[in-house]
Amino acid sequence: MSGLPLVALVGNPNAGKSALFNALTGARQKLGNYPGVTVERKAGRLSLADGRPVELVDLPGTYSLSPASPDEQVTRDFVLGKQAGEKLPDALVIVIDASNLDNHLRFALELIALGLPTVVALNMVDLATRDGLELDANVLAQELGVPVVSTVAVRKRGLDHLKTELETLLGAQTGMLRASAGEPDFDAVRREARRIARAAIVRETPSRRLTAAVDRVALHPVLGLALLLSLLFVMFQAVFSWASVPADMLEGWVTALGEAVTNTLPPGIIHDFLLQGVVGGVGAVIVFLPQILILFFFILMLEATGYMARAAFLMDGIMAKVGLSGRAFIPLLSSFACAVPGIMATRTISDPKDRLTTILIAPLMTCSARLPVYGLIIAAFIPARSVGPGIGLQGLVLFLLYVAGIVGAMLAAWALRLTVAKGRSGGFLMEMPKYQWPRPQDILIGLWQRGVIFLKRAGTIILATNIVLWVLASFPHAPEGVKQSEYSIAGRIAGGINVLVEPIGFNRDISLALLPSMAAREVAVSAIATVYAIDAEDDAEALEQGLGDRLAGRWSLATALAFLAWFVFAPQCISTIAVTRRETNGWKWPLFMIGYLFVLAYAAAGVTYWAAVAMGLG
Amino acid sequence: MRLTDLPLRQPAFVETIDWESLSSVEGQRLREFGLCEGASVEALHHGGLLGRGPLAVKIGRMTIAMRRSHAAAVEVSTGPQEAQA
Repeated sequence: MSGLPLVALVGNPNAGKSALFNALTGARQKLGNYPGVTVERKAGRLSLADGRPVELVDLPGTYSLSPASPDEQVTRDFVLGKQAGEKLPDALVIVIDASNLDNHLRFALELIALGLPTVVALNMVDLATRDGLELDANVLAQELGVPVVSTVAVRKRGLDHLKTELETLLGAQTGMLRASAGEPDFDAVRREARRIARAAIVRETPSRRLTAAVDRVALHPVLGLALLLSLLFVMFQAVFSWASVPADMLEGWVTALGEAVTNTLPPGIIHDFLLQGVVGGVGAVIVFLPQILILFFFILMLEATGYMARAAFLMDGIMAKVGLSGRAFIPLLSSFACAVPGIMATRTISDPKDRLTTILIAPLMTCSARLPVYGLIIAAFIPARSVGPGIGLQGLVLFLLYVAGIVGAMLAAWALRLTVAKGRSGGFLMEMPKYQWPRPQDILIGLWQRGVIFLKRAGTIILATNIVLWVLASFPHAPEGVKQSEYSIAGRIAGGINVLVEPIGFNRDISLALLPSMAAREVAVSAIATVYAIDAEDDAEALEQGLGDRLAGRWSLATALAFLAWFVFAPQCISTIAVTRRETNGWKWPLFMIGYLFVLAYAAAGVTYWAAVAMGLG
Repeated sequence: MRLTDLPLRQPAFVETIDWESLSSVEGQRLREFGLCEGASVEALHHGGLLGRGPLAVKIGRMTIAMRRSHAAAVEVSTGPQEAQA
């Protein structure tokens, strides 16, 4: 906590709060978590006209001070000064959507009643004008008794005026909560909101809205579903096709870095450590940065335009069949990028059973960390031949792996809803925001934040895992004629694991990769690469061979398929377990999740292996 | 007439709401969305292929997605609106 004046941005969802936050703070923002709870703390530095710095906090959007979800709880606690580790805010900026005045004013009245220094940002006035709505901000200010500033966050209009008002508020007094005289009467507040809205609306002409026109297609039972499927298809295509150029470039840099290490350092333990443990391990992972950014680009765009709510609407019927609601579709879709933000996105689900089920099945969505593993095995074992016009066998297998994850998740949701998350369905209630053209800066800020998180992961968990693995695989040195990968500490641990996984067709290479891949799935690739590099040290010919070719020579097809099946359900990475523990407030559910995913993965790999052997592929 | 039976894009207003049939969270949320006796409503879209999916409903100035079971709790009238709540 800084000593700066603390200002909170608060308002209904879809009032344009985050756009206003981004416009006010730009790149000077920090993401974190509130201590004790998992809701993201989004704060940024803002300089007033007189140069005074202010800490601006973007609170989760909520409809009232009666919380229905963890996100809303934080908003309530924060404005009441009850949020752990936070002081009472010095001022509030209430953001309301100008074209949804009566509804947003109701919450604004609830907030103004708290008695904190307050300014109202009447946001998106341009959209209201387009809809034929003319408002008088002065009347609104008189009726509310607080200053009102018209803003268009996406065009940076009204921001200076807003800062001036903040300056006056912060100069005049410090925040003090008014003693509340019991719960305000909901209906009375609503009537008051409607009265004020009527007074402030100067002119209202009905007009056809763009949103209504687009929704006739986007929400159409047939056309809408076709549109959703096309969007998803384009998204997954883009992940693979757009990423190849930047990925090759990154790979080139990693190779160059490896050569630089070879050329500058004398052969020895430090040389080996840097080359095999650091450059090889982390390099194998960071080449996936482009794919991850492309996936997140699509997800951020779908969210920023307001389309995500439409996708949820279209999917509700299907999700209801397995006891979930359309709301769960949004976190599940983001889990294709990574389960960690996906699980965090479940916070908007108000029903606790719905939310728990969604968290437990999120790791089954094929996250981008599985791509390195799938990519390696498919390239090594599945021939690149065509099985139909425009359909390659390799692409088909990859598609089937994604489908297997989705089907597995749906079956798991259905089973969980009948057992551990038993209960009445939570229903589906959701606001459909207006369509909006996203502001490029907002998308860039989102991408930058996700990119930093991924690189941090590569630089910490993945780097550490690789270093530990390299040490365990390098010592003790094997005597002549004994393979290093078997003689080393890692090799002996793998030998123990191998007893358990031999029945499902796994070999010692896989056993060795299983433990480190618990830290992060993509480590499976770098782990195998590291071990082969250590083994191949004295074997020039083996060093020349690519990893895929070496695998193809050593593994049977049945083993490779079993390995893929394992990774469809594979027990998740440490970050996922950690975020699940945080989101469910304890160890019970993460342990349950690890357990059930292990059983599923073991069974899936086993069935795949035995079936493949029976078909003569062993 | 129930909200579920209201023809699409036919402006109407809410006559009564069977709050008892909604859970307290659902009721609270719908109230926050502006659903109340006298509010103007308009059914915009039926989701799902067989008309069994959710309903997109305009309540006042907001568009809300709700399941049919919730919409069935809302009685609407297309006649002239008597009094505003």
